[in-house]
Amino acid sequence: MYQVWYRNLKVWLKHIRASLIGNLGQPFLFLLAMGYGLGRSVPEIEGLPYLQFIAPGLVASSVMYGAAFEATYGSYTRLTTQGTFEAILMTPVSIEELAMGEILWGATKGFLGGVIMLITLPLFGVMPDLWSLALIPILFAEGIIFSALGLIMTAIATNYDFFNYFTSLVITPLFLFSGIFFSLKALAEPLRQLLYLLPLSSVVELSRNLCYGRIQDDIVLQLTDVAIFALVCSATAIYLLRRRMIQ
Amino acid sequence: MRSQTGNNLDGPRPVLQITGLKKRFGKRQVLKGLDIAVYPGQCLALLGPNGAGKTTTIRIVLGLVVATSGKISVFGMPLPKYLRRVKYQIGVVPQMDNLDPDLSVLENLLIYARYFRIKHATARERARELLSFFALHNRKDEIIQNLSGGQRRRLLLARALINKPRLLILDEPTIGLDPQARLLIWERLKHLREMGTTMLLTSHYMEEVARLATRVIIIDHGKSIARGGPVDIVEKMLGTEIMEIYGPEEKLSILQQALNNCNVTAERVKDRLYVYIKQSCPELDNATKDFPTVVKRPATLEDLFLKLTGRKLRET
Repeated sequence: MYQVWYRNLKVWLKHIRASLIGNLGQPFLFLLAMGYGLGRSVPEIEGLPYLQFIAPGLVASSVMYGAAFEATYGSYTRLTTQGTFEAILMTPVSIEELAMGEILWGATKGFLGGVIMLITLPLFGVMPDLWSLALIPILFAEGIIFSALGLIMTAIATNYDFFNYFTSLVITPLFLFSGIFFSLKALAEPLRQLLYLLPLSSVVELSRNLCYGRIQDDIVLQLTDVAIFALVCSATAIYLLRRRMIQ
Repeated sequence: MRSQTGNNLDGPRPVLQITGLKKRFGKRQVLKGLDIAVYPGQCLALLGPNGAGKTTTIRIVLGLVVATSGKISVFGMPLPKYLRRVKYQIGVVPQMDNLDPDLSVLENLLIYARYFRIKHATARERARELLSFFALHNRKDEIIQNLSGGQRRRLLLARALINKPRLLILDEPTIGLDPQARLLIWERLKHLREMGTTMLLTSHYMEEVARLATRVIIIDHGKSIARGGPVDIVEKMLGTEIMEIYGPEEKLSILQQALNNCNVTAERVKDRLYVYIKQSCPELDNATKDFPTVVKRPATLEDLFLKLTGRKLRET
């Protein structure tokens, strides 16, 4: 499992600069445009200026994008054109280890993007609380969720265009409706409950609360939500990749 | 002669033993009860037309395809139970090039060694040896795209040997190469065989099989249809020589009748008559005098292959 992860790390380190800029560009641009631009004409939300309100959620979104893209476009290339998965399966590495290695790698890539973003928040006048340290393992778990989701798509994809469904029907809606840009608390009850079930919502909530040192009762519920999503998505990804590769 | 089922008590145990292997993909029955045994130091060649089940057999041994029924054991360990332990000691040259294009030549070997949990220092040493054995030491930092087809194949071979395998599986190891590149690979493989490496080979190149294999199994439609040494099998099943006679169809039919007195078998394909000669037959030489085009040459594995599997194109 670690060997598969290491292989991907080694390749990534070869073009780390392009990869990092590509992954970090989007959340930073959102932070600038929405936070500075739109934020000046938007009142405080949940007691926070708009830029401060959206910054922790954008950290979570950066993990999601990094992990999901690596586990779709990256993993799919290794599965199909490069034949890397098959080459690995001719060695003692099992299909389960291969799948877990890929999930962990996608998680790592998303996680690194999120952590870098978190560290650079002070440049935008956002001072994370010491509680933010507790956010680090949560961001990694979030990486596992989206990396596993991506690998599920990879396991059922027939070509690269298939990932357009994933991006426009899963990733983009999550980005927009997980409480990054507006408070879910203000919504009517059934809709609010529904949106809170989304895999990104709990992380956004956790990210914002920990970032500003607000510890609330629902933290246990949110942590459970993240853990369940991570486990269920990983198990499904492993099962589907096995079904795809072992005839 | 060695027992093929491996139940003789004094002979060596087979490195790979497959009995009654069956595989069905949906409605298509690809393997219909295949039996194979590869003994230590042997190079067993699986010959067969496309779709005969050669690659499927290899993929089942590697755990990439699950057999419908049948028994497989490698190094005496039953599969799939001991798949992981077995794979530590198998090397594979796949039909499709799956070198890692993101890595250099040397990195390809070092990263692959990690999958076998080989220590870094050992892997480096082994990679150095293999790169010079396969004449790639000057290209160790090259990226894969810059390698020629022959160099890629040699690197695939080097990669397959990184774990010092007790069984080397070669799935069409020289497919798509020019004669020079092929010769170099054959020479290296022959060297490995002489050093005692056990091999399972599939190929479409009869010359490759004739040079490398110590035993041949011809398979078609998922079953073995002939087996033996690469020379004996031709002599036993076809004859020592072959005569190809071209001429008008009526004249060929008359000739075919006249051959009944000889110890030969004949096969007619439209305006051509193939005569497989087991014992020299003076009447045959006389009878063919009138034909303008008569070719007499030693019988080869290719003749046997075509005789057994037919001359028609398979993938229609």
